Amino acid sequence: MSAPNSDYDPVEVTPLRADEVERMRDAALAAIAAADSVEALKQVKIDHVGDRSPLALANREIGALPPQARKEAGQRVGQARGAVNKALAERTAQVEAAEFDRRLAEEAVDVTVPVDMEPVGARHPLTTIQDHVADIFVAMGWEIAEGPEVEAEWLNFDALNLGPDHPARTMMDTFWVAPAEAAMVLRTHTSPVQARTMLTRKPPIYIACPGRVFRTDEPDATHAPVFHQVEGLAIDEGLSMAHLKGTLDHLATAIYGEGTTTRFRPSYFPFTEPSAEVDLLCYVCRNDPAQVADCPTCRGEGWVEWGGCGVVNPRVLIACGVDPERYSGFAFGMGLDRTITSRYDIADLRDLWDGDIRFTEPFGIGL
Amino acid sequence: MKVPVPWLRELVGLPDSVTTEELAARLTAFDLKLEEIAGGQLSGPLVVGRVLSAVPEPQKNGKTINWCRVDVGPEHNDPATGDVPAGRGIVCGAHNFGPGDLVVVSLPGTFLPSLGFEISARKTYGHVSDGMICSTAELGLPGGDQGGILVLEPGLAEPGDDAIALLGLNDETLDLEVNPDRGYAWSLRGVGRDAALAFGLAFRDPADIAVTDVEGEGYPVVVEDPQACPVFVTRRVTGIDPTRPTPEWMARRLVQAGMRSISLTVDISNYVMLELGQPNHAYDAAKLSGPITVRRARAGERLTTLDDVERELDPADLLICDDEGPVGLAGIMGAAHVEIDDTTTDVVIEAAYFDRSTVARAARRHKLSSEAARRFERGVDPALQARVAQRVAELLVEHGGGRIEPGLTVVGEVGARPAVTLPVDLPRRIAGVPSIDVDVSVAALRGNDCEVQVQGDQLVVTPPSWRFDLNDPYDVVEEVLRVVGYDQVPSVLPQAPGGRGLTRAQELRRRVGYALAGAGLVEVKTFPFAGEEDFDKLGLPADDERRRQVLLENPLSAQEPGLTTTLLTGLLRAAGLNVGRGHDDVALTEMGRVFRIRDDSPHAPIYGVDRRPTDDELAVLDAALPDQPLMAAWTMLGQREKRGWAGPGRDATWADAIAVATRLAEALHVDLAVEAVALAPFHPGRCAAFLLDGEVVGHAGELHPKVLEAYGLPARGVAGEVNLDALIGAAPDLGPRPVFSAYPVAKEDLAFVVDQSVRAGDLQDALAGSGPLVESVRLFDIYAGDQVPTGKKSLAFNVRLRAADHTLTDAEITEARAAAVETASRFGATLR
Ligand SMILES: [Zn+2]
Repeated sequence: MSAPNSDYDPVEVTPLRADEVERMRDAALAAIAAADSVEALKQVKIDHVGDRSPLALANREIGALPPQARKEAGQRVGQARGAVNKALAERTAQVEAAEFDRRLAEEAVDVTVPVDMEPVGARHPLTTIQDHVADIFVAMGWEIAEGPEVEAEWLNFDALNLGPDHPARTMMDTFWVAPAEAAMVLRTHTSPVQARTMLTRKPPIYIACPGRVFRTDEPDATHAPVFHQVEGLAIDEGLSMAHLKGTLDHLATAIYGEGTTTRFRPSYFPFTEPSAEVDLLCYVCRNDPAQVADCPTCRGEGWVEWGGCGVVNPRVLIACGVDPERYSGFAFGMGLDRTITSRYDIADLRDLWDGDIRFTEPFGIGL
Repeated sequence: MKVPVPWLRELVGLPDSVTTEELAARLTAFDLKLEEIAGGQLSGPLVVGRVLSAVPEPQKNGKTINWCRVDVGPEHNDPATGDVPAGRGIVCGAHNFGPGDLVVVSLPGTFLPSLGFEISARKTYGHVSDGMICSTAELGLPGGDQGGILVLEPGLAEPGDDAIALLGLNDETLDLEVNPDRGYAWSLRGVGRDAALAFGLAFRDPADIAVTDVEGEGYPVVVEDPQACPVFVTRRVTGIDPTRPTPEWMARRLVQAGMRSISLTVDISNYVMLELGQPNHAYDAAKLSGPITVRRARAGERLTTLDDVERELDPADLLICDDEGPVGLAGIMGAAHVEIDDTTTDVVIEAAYFDRSTVARAARRHKLSSEAARRFERGVDPALQARVAQRVAELLVEHGGGRIEPGLTVVGEVGARPAVTLPVDLPRRIAGVPSIDVDVSVAALRGNDCEVQVQGDQLVVTPPSWRFDLNDPYDVVEEVLRVVGYDQVPSVLPQAPGGRGLTRAQELRRRVGYALAGAGLVEVKTFPFAGEEDFDKLGLPADDERRRQVLLENPLSAQEPGLTTTLLTGLLRAAGLNVGRGHDDVALTEMGRVFRIRDDSPHAPIYGVDRRPTDDELAVLDAALPDQPLMAAWTMLGQREKRGWAGPGRDATWADAIAVATRLAEALHVDLAVEAVALAPFHPGRCAAFLLDGEVVGHAGELHPKVLEAYGLPARGVAGEVNLDALIGAAPDLGPRPVFSAYPVAKEDLAFVVDQSVRAGDLQDALAGSGPLVESVRLFDIYAGDQVPTGKKSLAFNVRLRAADHTLTDAEITEARAAAVETASRFGATLR
């Protein structure tokens, strides 16, 4: 640095000459513009903005100027430095942004790789359908009742008007608990739950009982010794077959969709009188004349068998402590396994019971 | 019940315009449900032929065929050429016929349902076979082939006659499902009556038969047990020509109804049973000695029935006996030694009415069902016996040339069925069909042969003798509705009073189900049957409680004689199936009941049904039942987190098995304590017991290597099982209140050196309780090795401190830390 010298002609201090300051500024701006990385900008900063940069050195020379010249030189150098700093800041932001974008671009992944590292569970469709059916009843104001699976003979049969010599009893293919004197069975239907409810609650009663039941069928493509049912029971004043029909129509619609009606055929069950079998309008072809003939679900019938039902036999009411003079009721029952196999076109019933994970997994946590 | 349609049409006088399908539909609507219409698919030309010549021609393949010339009538014959007479050339592989025999020929164009295709002329064995000579089986006639071709009785028909009509080959049969309450429908009479009612036709009862020659004894009978045998009728026919054949039409009807044609006398007996529904029996009079006695069996008595089975009799069996002993099991089957044979000329006809349950129990006892037993069990018309004996006798006279002997023995009588009284509006109220008024009800019931009286607002209905199903007012309602039509019932949704929704337990069970699925477990369902083999595979000790099964009288398999006591039997089997099918990583769960004996000789009483049992009686009944808690079980094999591009994955370990239980406990807001135990089927050092208020409610851990081997499962597989009834029972109504502070946390890491025997869980729990500022404690490292003395281990915990209402000061943090160290020192822990 030159010593302050008021005698100096400012023109004689080369770095402070206007053209020289302009040149230094332009050189700095050119270097900034040329820098294309944060690294390069760092060097540019050292070279053109740092303490040893020409403009910084020139700035220091201002003090050597005579006072009358300092202002102008100071302004000239200050403007140049300001322009350089501004350009540097702008260029730095630009380069940093570009580098950030480049880094993100480099971090791109292949989103199509398998991402299922965590185990995924699933619920068995027979569980889900029982829940679903229970919800339909609960929405109607009904409640869900339960009972034991190993059941007293009296509750599985006698209380339901199936006396010891009743031909229908032998038709049930019952598993008997040993020894026979124990008088216990694996329940052949969920009807003992209905009996238990009537035995312990006062009418009006509106209950549904989904659950597991047992028959001595060797497992094959269409049989299983264990299957699932839902039964319903309503006991109230003034109930009739018409209310039974209304309830079944509602249930059919809730499970199989709008327009799924039901029809009754006379039948026989000891615990109901009159008794009926209930058919469901085929939920595939809807008994449409154009489709019904080739329909695999109903085999051309237009209707599929759904379950059994009827007006509760007053003998059952008496055995269960309900006054048949005051109350009447209706009951119905249908299999749930077939609801699954027919709707999902499952040809072999054993698939429901083998436990192969590929059976349950597609159902996820809901139907 | 198989109903030959032509027979039914004849009986009912059904117009030809009514198709078989319409008939079946109306019967179905009348509670006689159509199972199947059989027959009616055969189409001709199927004709009678006379074999003119049959030339055996040995073939290279060792077979000998017959090259036949068959006269099939002028309409179908090819003209004579040279010395070959008019007829058709047919190749036939059977040999049980010869020239002159009448056979059945299916000419080209015939469709035989038994073969499923249309017959055509074809080249075979060097000839053009211009048709087929039919066997019994090919014609769809029962009785089997017995060596081949059906050879007709000489003179039965002429060549060219239509064999379809002749043999009734296209007759249709309705197979009807008869519900157990409609015993009367096991007869043409019963089905015919319903058909007539369904079509509004007047019914002519085939049982309207005049009983003749009633003076004197038919055959002496002593009924010792009139309760079991209310009616017993005998009548004799002598001089039957045993060589007389069964009329072809009768044999055909029997066969169509699913029975065999045996001999004239037996066939007539069966025919009348089909016609009128009353089983009856013809004894060879020469083989009976002394009067017939109807009595219960004596201890040790034996009887060889017609099916050639020698049976040990039960004192409850009702027998038909003569002086020498039993000649029949009443209502079920006769004895072999009094059977009609081909020399029988004189018979004693029995027609009886037996108590329904006496027959039902005996049939069940001897595992012997018969056409007779089926009808007696369901109830035959008790007013019919004398007429049935008459009908059998008359048919024997007509077709067997016999003579009805004067005299008829009738022991006992059954009175009219009791009347049923009901409010006149009951049918309308119960059926819910507004159009059912008193006139509709009365007409419907009279159509069912009931006597009906209207007395004020009551209907008094006396059912006919054969209607055992009409006992109660509601039974009468069903009869009315059957005639009115079930399709008339309107659809009315009843308004339930509004329920309480799912019970808490039902809700929580669903929650458990979702928690198990959320834990990555796939739900399966298995059969709850198990046996010794299963318990051996689980490695259960001989005296393990879980070997005490509820056994079944009639299990499906001897290997699984009872119900399972643990869900793991089914679950590990399912796991093995998955591994066998190539799945490496398997995580299964099942929710279901298991069954545990409460009482070694339980007895659930059988109460009457005329009143509700008392609460005490119901309690006795429930106490007899086994314990059947709802359980949840799970198993995990292979990787818990899958290996892949992101890393090597992670195998399922005992810790994952335990975590499922703790996850369920958290889902239910239940506190489960964990203790180490050694218990099959688990690895003795890697099994946790779960305790709820001191009671063990489940286990989980790594499966014992031998158990894994027994089930064919990969090493280190894990499993667990908990009692959901217990967990759900302990769940509070509300979960815990969330408590947390917004002030800053202080995190302290504390590593302690302790004896190997110190349980990390205990120390963690103690640290968590070491002061009011401790928010949480979590073990983050376990170390044993060079850095710590032998027999010691280092446990490192992350302790989070926080105050509810202020920022902690350094002094507070130091104090809390010291308190934690002090607490740990009670476990012999020193700060590392
Ligand atoms: Zn369909």
